[in-house]
Formats: sequence, C-alpha cells, structure tokens
Amino acid sequence: MSFQALEDILTVCDEEKILFWEAVLREDMNDRLVSREDSISKMKEMWYAMFHASRHYDASLKSSSGLVGGTGGQMDLYRQREEPICGDFVAEVMAEALKMGESNACMKRIVAAPTAGACGVIPAVLVPLYKRGQVTEEQVIEALYVTAGIGQVIAERAFIAGATGGCQAEIGSASSMAAGALVYLKGGSNAAIAQGSAMALKNLLGLVCDPVAGLVEVPCVKRNVIGAVNALSSADMALAGIESRIPPDQVIDAMKEIGTKMHVSLRETGEGGVANTPTAQLVRERLEKNGD
Amino acid sequence: MSNIFDILGPVMVGPSSSHTAGAVRIGYITRVLLGEEPIVADIGLYGSFSSTGKGHGTDRALVAGLLGMHPDDIRIPQSFELAREAGLDFAIHGIQLQDAHPNTAVIEVTGKNHKKLSVESCSIGGGRIRISKLDGITVNCSGESPTLIVHNIDQPGHVAEVTSMMAKCEVNIATMQLYRDKRGGYAVMVIETDQQVPEEKRRWLENLDGVIKVTYIDGEEI
Ligand code: SF4
Repeated sequence: MSFQALEDILTVCDEEKILFWEAVLREDMNDRLVSREDSISKMKEMWYAMFHASRHYDASLKSSSGLVGGTGGQMDLYRQREEPICGDFVAEVMAEALKMGESNACMKRIVAAPTAGACGVIPAVLVPLYKRGQVTEEQVIEALYVTAGIGQVIAERAFIAGATGGCQAEIGSASSMAAGALVYLKGGSNAAIAQGSAMALKNLLGLVCDPVAGLVEVPCVKRNVIGAVNALSSADMALAGIESRIPPDQVIDAMKEIGTKMHVSLRETGEGGVANTPTAQLVRERLEKNGD
Repeated sequence: MSNIFDILGPVMVGPSSSHTAGAVRIGYITRVLLGEEPIVADIGLYGSFSSTGKGHGTDRALVAGLLGMHPDDIRIPQSFELAREAGLDFAIHGIQLQDAHPNTAVIEVTGKNHKKLSVESCSIGGGRIRISKLDGITVNCSGESPTLIVHNIDQPGHVAEVTSMMAKCEVNIATMQLYRDKRGGYAVMVIETDQQVPEEKRRWLENLDGVIKVTYIDGEEI
C-alpha cells in the first residue's frame, strides 16, 4: 500500500527516526518486493537518463510543428553575454528546464517526471546543483526519492495528468516534487520538505492545460521554467522557516477540487486558453493542412 | 495502483506519454499478439490520435512498436525509414469509430508466415494501454500481466480444455473473459494469469480442433 498522505510519510519518519527519502525507499521495497540495491539502481537509471538528456541537448533541433526549439541555447548565450536579472544559478536552472522541455518536444529520450510535458522541472533544479559540485550523486538519488514520494501522494489524492487536472497537475506537481527535493538537499527537515512542496503546489493552483494544436510544445516548454523557478523560491521559503498556512495534504485536495471543476476545454483538449488564441488557430490550421 | 517509477519515469522518447510512449506500446503489443514479424500493416487512427498524432509522432511511434521497439528506443523518430529496410509495408490513415476512446488505433497486420490479426487498442494515459478489440471482437486487457488469448469456434468444451490444462501446469488464473460474435460463431477467450503459460502448452492448444489461433503476452516486456 503506498502512502495516501504526506502526513503519513512524516509520521513514519518520526516513528522510525528516518529521513523522508528513506521512508519512500522502504515503501518501494515493500510495494514492488525488491531489494534496497535494486530500488536504488533503478533510481540511478532515472538520474542517468535525465543527466544524459541534459548533456545531449541539441539547440539546432526543431519540433515537427516548427514551434519549438533552440531556446535552451539562447538562454545559455545570454548567460555568457551578461549577468541575468535572476543571477547565473537561476538562469542556468531556466536554461535546463527549456532544454529538457525542447528535447521532449523534439522526440529525444527524457524521463517523465511526473509526465513527459513536465519532464524539465526536476532535472532543471538538480542538474545545475550537481554540475557545480554542490551535491553528490548519492544525494541526488536520495532527492529523487523525495520527489517520487511527493508525486505519489499527489497521484493518490489528486492527479498528475493535464487531461484530468489541468497543468497544475503536471507542472504544479513537478514543481512541488522539485521543491521538496531542494529542501532536502539544502538540509531542511522532513517537515520542511512537505512545507516546501505545499507552497510550490499552492502557487500554481489553477494552472490550466491549453496546449496549442494539442501538442506538448506551447506553452509546455516554458511552463517547465516557471515550475523550476517556483520550486527554487518555495524551497527557499521553507528553508527560511516559512510554512504553508494550509497543511500540505489539504493543498493537494484543493488541487483536486480545482481540477475537477476545470472546464474540459482547459484540460489538454487544445481547445481553450492559449490554444484558443487567433495565432494558435492559425498554427492548428497550418498543421491540419500539412497533416495528410 | 502506481509505483514510484510510474511517477518518476518511464524513460521514454517524447513528446507525449499517451501519444508517443503509449503508441509505441500499442505497436509492440500488436506485434507480440501476431506472434511473428509483421510484413504488412494497415494503421487506422481515431480521435486525438488522428488529429494530433502527426505532431506527437504517434505515427512513427506505432510503426516503431511494430518493429519491436520499446518506448525508450532512440530510433523511434526514424521508424519509417527503418520499416522500409526491415521490409514492413505500412499505410496510415484516419478512421471513424463509434464510442471508442479518443486515443485509439486499429491495426491490421499480416506476418511473414501469413498470420493475420486485427487489433484495436487505446492509449489510456501515462503510457499505459488497453486492448479493446481482437479480430473485431470486443475484449478488455492491458497486457501488463501474462495473458493467454485463444481464438476458437464457439462450441462446448474449449473453456474446460484450457482451464484444465492450466490447472495441470499449476498456472493460476487471475481473470478470465469470454467473448463471441454470435452463438456458434467466432469466440475469444482472454485469460490473465499469475504465472507464465509454458510454450509447449500453448502449441498444444493451437492444435486442438476448433481452436483457430492462440496468442500470448508474457506481461513482462510491455
Ligand atoms: S499545458 Fe498541458 S500538455 Fe502542456 S505541460 Fe501543461 S499539462 Fe502538460
């Protein structure tokens, strides 16, 4: 039986005097009947796949619709040229998010986290920390367990797919997962991990899923940036001791309520929101013409 | 119930778990069900698979699956070219269906030993799939556990033959579904099991009177 609430994870951690990630790892061993080593090696595979995808980003690629490609490279050039408003670290996080989102749109191999559309958020915050030598591979693996635990609770209590809950369920969930990982990596407590994840999710509540022409391209790629940057700021708030006034599990429940009420045109059908703008309509028509 | 690697994972070629990864799995499971290398495939796309399929690489993903690729295979974008090299002749077009899931594909395949099969399947999200029709008969299975599928003439005795064979080789039946087009017509048994069904037993089944064909999914590769 997997965790039904973040509170359950915190209780197990308290009772057994273990860290958040350890509780998730043990649960996985129970759930899939695998050894500790097997679970960890599978998690390593996920990390290697993320890191590999980041390293092999190709700025010259374009998605099949032609809408997406190259922005990760533009961001890197900008970082070299001048001091970004957000500072270099945050700009690097942004570049990573763009790269992964674009790689996904261009049919490269990525890790769905929790979905393909939101695949850039978690690596965007982990890869720069790792590249700068601020965290070890072992710590990254542990942080990935933190993300998985948070994501699993969100999937249990609400949803992680744009078609069911809007973009809050994809980018929002990814951001929440990434915030928890960051709090852990910076030495925050188990409770602070849950707080960081709650604030990240709460800040993206209501985000609709409105992909142009139904493709995982616009606004998806750039939403990975807000997911990642929101994770950074939420983690910093949690590390400062700031708490979500609404308990983490209740925030997840609120997301479920919002997603359920969200109109179907705003849930991955490509009919409403950004997808319904005149420019998006033109794109759709053009693609339909080239279609067959 | 999802495990943590459904949340963090799978490793896949983008851009969409339902329209790309799920489509690869649909192609793949069609190949497995056919039981031999496909040489001709007619692929009908319905709903969102048809309207946004091209931009999501659904077409290339389905062909990649038919060639035996998995969702993380980096050759998926080149599947059309690879199909030509492998001698797989395919056609892709839109189709109209009644009451089907929006992400549905109907694939009619012919294998190199002339086996034929029609598989209707849908991608239900997160890369997971469901087989909804076999040779035009409604079924319902995911291919996530070992699944034995027996196509036979609807006549008494076949169910008993299959279940007693399973009991003898100690294979536990998890679910069993029976479908037919009409009394005495074409029937399909879909049996999901906890253990693998040995190959020689499947061959034995295939040679029984009234059994038209037997297909098998081992539940591990999908
Ligand atoms: S807009 Fe929709 S498809 Fe795009 S990332 Fe958000 S949830 Fe996914």
